[in-house]
Amino acid sequence: MTQSKDSKKPSRGLISESVHLLKQNIREYGMYIALAVIIAVFGILTKGIFISPRNISTLLNQTGYIIVLAIGMTLIIVCKYIDLSVGYTAGFLGAVAAIFMTKYGMSEWVVIPLMLLFGAIIGLYNGFMVGKLGIPAYVVSLAGMFIFRGLLLMVTQQTGTIIVPNKGFNAIGNGFIPDIVQNSDIHILTLIIGGIGILYFIFSAVRSRNNKLKYDFEVLSTPLFAIKLVFTSLVIGIISWVLAGYNGLSWTVVVCIIVIIIYHFVTQKTTLGRHIYAVGGNGNAAELAGISVKKITYIIFTSMGMLSALSGILYTSRLQSATTTAGTMFELDAIASSFVGGASASGGVGKITGSVIGALVMMSLTSGMNLMGVDISYQYVIRGAVLVLAVFFDVSTRNKRR
Amino acid sequence: MGNNILEMINISKEFPGVKALDNVNFKVKKGEIHCLVGENGAGKSTLMKILSGVYPYGTYEGDIVLNGSTQKFAKIVDSEKAGIAIIAQELALVPDMTIYDNIFLGHEIRNGLAIDENETIQKAIDILKKVRVDINPSMLVKDLGVGVQQLIEIAKALSKDVNLLILDEPTAALNEDDSQNLLQIIRELKEQGVTSIMISHKLKEVLSIADTITILRDGKTICSMDATTGEVCEGDIIKNMVGREIDNIYPKREHVEPGEICLEVKNWNVYDPKLGREILHNVNLNVRKGEVVGISGLMGAGRTELALSLFGNPRGYKINGEFYVNGKPVNYTHTSKALQDGLAYVTEDRKGDGLNLIQDIKSNITIANLKALSRCGVINDNEEVKVAKEYKDSINIKAPSIEQIVGNLSGGNQQKVSLCKCLFVLPSILILDEPTRGIDVGAKYEIYTIMNRLVAEGMSIIMISSDLLEVIGMSDRIYVMAEGKITGELKAEEATEEKIMEVATI
Repeated sequence: MTQSKDSKKPSRGLISESVHLLKQNIREYGMYIALAVIIAVFGILTKGIFISPRNISTLLNQTGYIIVLAIGMTLIIVCKYIDLSVGYTAGFLGAVAAIFMTKYGMSEWVVIPLMLLFGAIIGLYNGFMVGKLGIPAYVVSLAGMFIFRGLLLMVTQQTGTIIVPNKGFNAIGNGFIPDIVQNSDIHILTLIIGGIGILYFIFSAVRSRNNKLKYDFEVLSTPLFAIKLVFTSLVIGIISWVLAGYNGLSWTVVVCIIVIIIYHFVTQKTTLGRHIYAVGGNGNAAELAGISVKKITYIIFTSMGMLSALSGILYTSRLQSATTTAGTMFELDAIASSFVGGASASGGVGKITGSVIGALVMMSLTSGMNLMGVDISYQYVIRGAVLVLAVFFDVSTRNKRR
Repeated sequence: MGNNILEMINISKEFPGVKALDNVNFKVKKGEIHCLVGENGAGKSTLMKILSGVYPYGTYEGDIVLNGSTQKFAKIVDSEKAGIAIIAQELALVPDMTIYDNIFLGHEIRNGLAIDENETIQKAIDILKKVRVDINPSMLVKDLGVGVQQLIEIAKALSKDVNLLILDEPTAALNEDDSQNLLQIIRELKEQGVTSIMISHKLKEVLSIADTITILRDGKTICSMDATTGEVCEGDIIKNMVGREIDNIYPKREHVEPGEICLEVKNWNVYDPKLGREILHNVNLNVRKGEVVGISGLMGAGRTELALSLFGNPRGYKINGEFYVNGKPVNYTHTSKALQDGLAYVTEDRKGDGLNLIQDIKSNITIANLKALSRCGVINDNEEVKVAKEYKDSINIKAPSIEQIVGNLSGGNQQKVSLCKCLFVLPSILILDEPTRGIDVGAKYEIYTIMNRLVAEGMSIIMISSDLLEVIGMSDRIYVMAEGKITGELKAEEATEEKIMEVATI
C-alpha cells in the first residue's frame, strides 16, 4: 500500500521514483537505515565481533522477550493507552511457571499454555478496569506494577532464585532448531527456511502486484520493483546465512517470527486491525461506526497480558531460572521500542514491524556498548538520547508531511 | 497606503500538491468591517493564518503591509504585538479556568512574581463590559454557553490592545439571538476604532454587517465590493463565489407518496446520568419510507440527543419508551446493532465524532462496514480501494486521491467523507445531523442533490438542522423541538420560518 503514486507517469526516471518512494516513507525507511548504521558502526568499532554470527545469534535471543512485549505495547499505544504492569507480570508469571515445574513437577507442555492463559486473564482484568470502569490505563497499570512486583517477591522470597531443570523448557531461550544433516559446519535447515522465506516473499510480492495490475491500480515501476525484491531477498539471505554459521535458528527467534507474522497480519490485513487503528485515531468516530471501543480495549489488553506471559516464559527459559528481580524495566524497554519504532503517543499510529525494529535498535545499542565495555551509566544516557532523537525525527517528518 | 490599515500584496502559498493561494491581493480600510467570503477551500482561512503568523514569514510569497510598514511575522506572538488578534473557528479557551484567567492567559497582570488577582478581576470586568457580558468573571469557562464563550474570546483579544480583529466564522456555532448579539458587539467595536475582518458563510449576516466584501475563489481574489451602498445582494455574492449562478438553492425532487412507516418512536423518555436530569420528555415521532423528515429547533432543544438515543445510545443514556424499526420493536444496546438494522447517523461534529483525521479518505469511508470487504475478517485491499474510489467519485469528493489524509481536506469535503462513511453501510434510514453546517454554497447544493437521489432510491432521511430555510426547503414533514419535547409537527407546504420559530421558542 505504500507504493509510489505517480509511477505510471512516463517522465519519472528510476532515480526520481526512488527518491519519491523514500520521501513518502521516510519514517519507515529511516529506521531500517538507522539500524543498518548502528550495526555497521558497532561492527567496525568492535573489529567485527559485533557482527559475528555468535553475537548476532545471542543478540536476537536476548531481544526476544522485549520484542514480544513491544508488539503488544504497540497496540496499547496505538489506542492511546499505556501498560506499565507488563514487566512484573512477565517476571511473576515466569516465576509461577518455574514453581509449577519444580515444586509440582508439571510438564512444560502444560505449564506454558497455562501461563499464557493466566497472562490473558491478567490482561483482561486490566482491560476491564480501563474499558468498563473508565480508570486511566496509566493508573491501572501502575497499580498492576506494584501488585505484580509484590506477588513476584512473595513467590520467590522463601526460595530465592528458582532453578528450572526442565530441558525442554530451557531450550526455548537457549536451544536451536535441529538440523536435518548431522555434523555439518553450517546449519542446513536454517538455510532452507531462509530460502523458503525468500521464495514466499517474492511469490507474494509478485502476486500482490499482479492483483493490483488486474484492478488497474498504480504500482512500482518494474526496475524499482525488481530492486526492492532483490534487496529484501538479500537481507533475508544474509540473516539466514549468518545464523546458519552459528547453530542456526534459535527457538526464541522462531517464536518471535511467529508472533510477528500473526500480529503484522492482524493489524495490516484484518478488520480487527483496522478497528484498533480507528479507535486510536478517533474513539468517538469509531463508536458511531459501530465499533465497540470497550471490546477493542478488552482485546488489546488481553493480548498484552498473554504476550507478557510469553515474555516471562522466554526470559525464565533464557536464564534457566526465575529470579526475584525478573521483569525489572521490561515495560520501559518495550515502551521505548514502540516509540523508537514510530508509534505515536497521540494514538492511531504505529506498526508492528516498526516496534520490532525499534526493539532491535535498542538492544543492539546495549549489546554493542557492552562489547565495547562502555560503562552502564553511559549506556543509559545514550539510550535515552536515542529515544528522544528517534521521536524528534518522527515528529519533524510528520509535521513536514502536512 | 492611503487609509488602508492593511494591505496583503500578491500573496501565494503552496501546500504539497495544492496551490492554496495564488497572487491574492487583500486591502482593508481603517475602521471598517471587512467580510471575507468564499467556498470552503477557497483559501480564506489560509490567508488569515498567514496574516496572524500561524504560517510564518518565508513559507509564503508576497508582502504584508500593516499601517504602512512591511511585516515579517515569525510566530503568532509577533502579529499580536502588531495589534492583530485572530479568533479561530475552534475556540481556544481553557474550560477549567476562570473567565478572568482565560482573558489574561499569556499576558497575566503581575505584582512582582505573583499574579495580581484583584487587579486582574477588575480589568476583566472592564473588558467584559465592552462586550456586554454581565457575569461574574470568577465563573469557569466550561459552565458558559457557546455564545458567551465566543464573547470571552473577543474580550481576550481586546485585552491585548487589538486594532485589527480577525473572526473566523464567529457565528457558526451560535443560535440566532447570540449571533445578533455578537454582530452588534462587532459594530460597537468598530465605533471604538477596531477594524474587523470576518469570515462567514452566512450571507445575510455578511450583508447586514459588512462595509466591504472581498470574495475569494480557488485561491484567487475575485472581487471586492462596497457593501455600504446597499446595492449588493445575496445573488451577486453567490455568483462570484461559485463562478456560476445558482437559481435554486434547494434542488427540486419528484414528489412521491411516502410508503409505510419504517421508524416509530413512542413515549420516548431519556435521562442523562451525566447531567443528572431528563433531557427528552415523551417524544413521539414516525418516519415513512422515502420521506425526508426535518427536525428543527434551537440549540439545546435535544435534537442530537434524540438522534443518539435512537442510534444505539453511545452516550449511555437511560431510556424509557417504545421504538419500532420496520414494525419490529427494537432495543439497541450498541451502535453496531442499529447499523445492522439499516440505521446510520452522520454526526454534526465531523471532526470530533465523525472522522479519523489522521487516516486517509479510503479507510474513513470503509471503516463502518469492513465486513462487506472481508472474508473471515481478512480485508481485500484491492476491493477496498476500488469501492472507495467509486464512492469518492459518486459523491464528488475533491481530492487528488483516496490516500489523501482527511485532516487536510476542506470542511465540505470532510463532510462528504463523513456522509460516504454512513452511505457505505447501505442504510435504509439515514439520520443527518446538521449536514451542511460550516460548508459552502456549492457543497451544500451537492449534498442536497445527494439527499434527493437517496430518497428517490427509497431511503428515508431524518434531517436535523438549525437552518430554517434548509429544513423548509428539503423536508416533506417537519418536527419542531423545544426543551426536550416535540412541540409541533408541520407539513412542508404549510411551514414558514415564522411558524417554526413560534413553536420552537415555547
